[in-house]
Amino acid sequence: MREQDPDTRVSNFAEVPLGYTDEEARAEARRCLGCRTAPCVAACPVAVAIPEFVGQIAGGAFPAAARTIRRANALPAICGRVCPQEDQCEKACLLGKRGQPLAIGHLERFAADRERREGRVEPPARKPECGKRIAVVGSGPAGLTVASELAGAGCAVVVLEALHALGGVLTYGIPEFRLPKAIVKDEIAGLEALGMRFVRNFVVGRTETIDHLLKEDGFDAVFIGTGAGLPSFLGIPGENAVGVYSANEYLTRSNLMKAYRPDAATPILRSPRVVTVGGGNVAMDAARTARRLDTVQSIVVYRRGEAEMPARIEEVRHAKEEGVLLRTLCHPAAILEDEEGFVQGIRCLRVELGDRDASGRRRPVPIPDSAFTIECEIVIVAIGNRPNPLIPDTTPDILVSGRGTIVADPADGRTSRPRVYAGGDIVTGSATVIQAMGAGRAAARSILEDLGQPVQPRM
Amino acid sequence: MNGIRKKEVLAPDIVRLRLEAPRIAARREPGQFVILRRIDGSERIPLTIVDGNAEEGWIDLIIQMAGAGTMRLGRLEEGEGVLDLVGPLGKPSRIDRFGRCLCIGGGVGLAPLLPIARALKAAGNHLTVLMGARNRERLILLDEMRNLADEITVATEDGSLGRRGFVSDAFRDLASEGRRFDHAVVIGPAVMMKAVSELTGRLGIPTTVSLNPIMIDGTGLCGGCRVDVGGEMKFACVDGPEFDAARIDWDSFLKRLGSYREFEHRGREKCRITGR
Ligand SMILES: Cc1cc2nc3c(=O)[nH]c(=O)nc-3n(C[C@H](O)[C@H](O)[C@H](O)COP(=O)(O)OP(=O)(O)OC[C@H]3O[C@@H](n4cnc5c(N)ncnc54)[C@H](O)[C@@H]3O)c2cc1C
Ligand code: FES
Repeated sequence: MREQDPDTRVSNFAEVPLGYTDEEARAEARRCLGCRTAPCVAACPVAVAIPEFVGQIAGGAFPAAARTIRRANALPAICGRVCPQEDQCEKACLLGKRGQPLAIGHLERFAADRERREGRVEPPARKPECGKRIAVVGSGPAGLTVASELAGAGCAVVVLEALHALGGVLTYGIPEFRLPKAIVKDEIAGLEALGMRFVRNFVVGRTETIDHLLKEDGFDAVFIGTGAGLPSFLGIPGENAVGVYSANEYLTRSNLMKAYRPDAATPILRSPRVVTVGGGNVAMDAARTARRLDTVQSIVVYRRGEAEMPARIEEVRHAKEEGVLLRTLCHPAAILEDEEGFVQGIRCLRVELGDRDASGRRRPVPIPDSAFTIECEIVIVAIGNRPNPLIPDTTPDILVSGRGTIVADPADGRTSRPRVYAGGDIVTGSATVIQAMGAGRAAARSILEDLGQPVQPRM
Repeated sequence: MNGIRKKEVLAPDIVRLRLEAPRIAARREPGQFVILRRIDGSERIPLTIVDGNAEEGWIDLIIQMAGAGTMRLGRLEEGEGVLDLVGPLGKPSRIDRFGRCLCIGGGVGLAPLLPIARALKAAGNHLTVLMGARNRERLILLDEMRNLADEITVATEDGSLGRRGFVSDAFRDLASEGRRFDHAVVIGPAVMMKAVSELTGRLGIPTTVSLNPIMIDGTGLCGGCRVDVGGEMKFACVDGPEFDAARIDWDSFLKRLGSYREFEHRGREKCRITGR
């Protein structure tokens, strides 16, 4: 897929890949072998009927392709952009054994974008009202999926969102150049047409508790999809210096509060040298955002090697093309500040990889006396997020793990409390959009089951 | 949209807004705050809930027009409204029967102090209030505090009302009389809280302060509101905003508060020039 030239794109926030033309999409789709075993479908967490929609694109039946995807995936324009296809459907693709696997993600994106451009034609399928009322807490991918499935099944669904904007990480976390917010808005508006109601500025645990929703507000069930939004810090000296951000803060300022626009009301510090600590998608997003905010030298510091980086390969490639430098095998020991408390640099130790740890990756071991300093004015800490304790703390008897995640059966979303379900990052810890959506689907089925409602057979 | 039912100008740059907010009015407790956005594109501004009425469904906020954002809020009129209002946020104050309580407030810090003082009084405490401002014109909530307190001292920097000087001076007076207290709440500008809580702490009075760090979401998402309390990192929006004053790393707190000062300054100038 064609992309914006790296030199141009570092001075704008427009999307990097430009999308397929009809002809490009059809040509790519025709590469599909149409194998009967369809290992790609088995590798998709929500089992999109991939050969079917790819065949439709090959035949030029673009609206039909979008409808096929939507049967299993309520947010195709988003998933086509942010799913780690290289670990899922495309990894299983037989074409990949001898060359490039089919670009399933790009094709999904194409079908969804084309449908968006032309306006969705088919009226949303909705069953008659069943009289059940469901509260969905959080409007990230997990919450949106549960809500759309249940609204489609005839339930009255109310989505309660703490922020002033909907979408969870899709809106506050993932940058515009990777996932344009107009697309997120459109996809959510499409779901709203199913008849669900969105209430913004409602913090469950503070504005009302889960128990209040069940007992006083008369909801038959509650789904918790509050994500893993609480940023972790390094716990090293200097972390409170001026110019140290969590990636969440940096990205929230830029994405949610639009601080990248020159006339924004919310400020963001801009400076020539930025160091981002971490190796995941979040770190790449932060380092690439910095490049677009006047940063000349954007360095990512990661404790393991490049091969161990959890970020998507495509994101690492994009970051490098944009001039982001990787300093791997590097362990941050302290953030240095000047006498006024502003960041001056970050002190690191070199690292060698030792034995394998529980995650199967080789453990980074700092080398004594190997300290060196990288000068910078801003440090962004992108080493992961934990679940927010607000709901666990205000919901008696809900079982919570040692990591602070809500304990729920991944197959059905049931928690230790009757009528309370959970899924997405709040259950798994930071994971992926598509896994959160898969969890949402599973929970929707058990909610319907437990409420004695008919459950649609799984496609 | 949350409508403004009433607006009152308390001082040249301080206003009191009564906002339509039935759910928050029903749930709020002393010490809690809200975050609001005036229109799409505005910043998120945290403000303590000063008063509220569950039956009538309103809350009161007091706004000092310090930066561009608060200035625009302060210019709102009755009948207008704010686009987004979320709350109540933060942990409620710890209200107990402590005995002799000291409430010390400076400037607009008197606004968050009022509901706490009221709750302390209702819990059966003896209430001494020290309130201060730059001058008489800028001293807010005097009548409310008078009605509440068992004893009250006013200090103004220019001596236009009450004792001349700072609330810290008024506290020294009390201390030199050998007065004792079981609990103190100090709210005001950060430098004032630091200075006054050092004095109360020295006399062994357990002292609580309410912090007002930079915030965005108010739900624990960004970590911008982090403070060092007893060597532990706390998020003021969810773990606070009230903390034990003796355990706060004030220097780090003050430094972080200043992060965007230059930006704020520029914002104010732009605001003046364009009259936004
Ligand atoms: C910067 C970044 C980049 C990422 N990139 C990718 C990527 O490329 N591909 C990918 O697959 N995954 C990516 N991820 C991970 C992915 O975004 C998450 O796994 C996914 O969004 C989780 O969905 P969720 O619905 O569980 O939670 P979230 O998306 O976190 O949504 C939770 C929502 O609940 C709201 N909420 C929280 N508490 C409350 C409360 N008490 N009351 C009401 N509402 C509440 C929050 O405000 C939020 O809107 C990325 C994550 C980040 C942070
Ligand atoms: S304001 Fe963002 S975590 Fe407290």
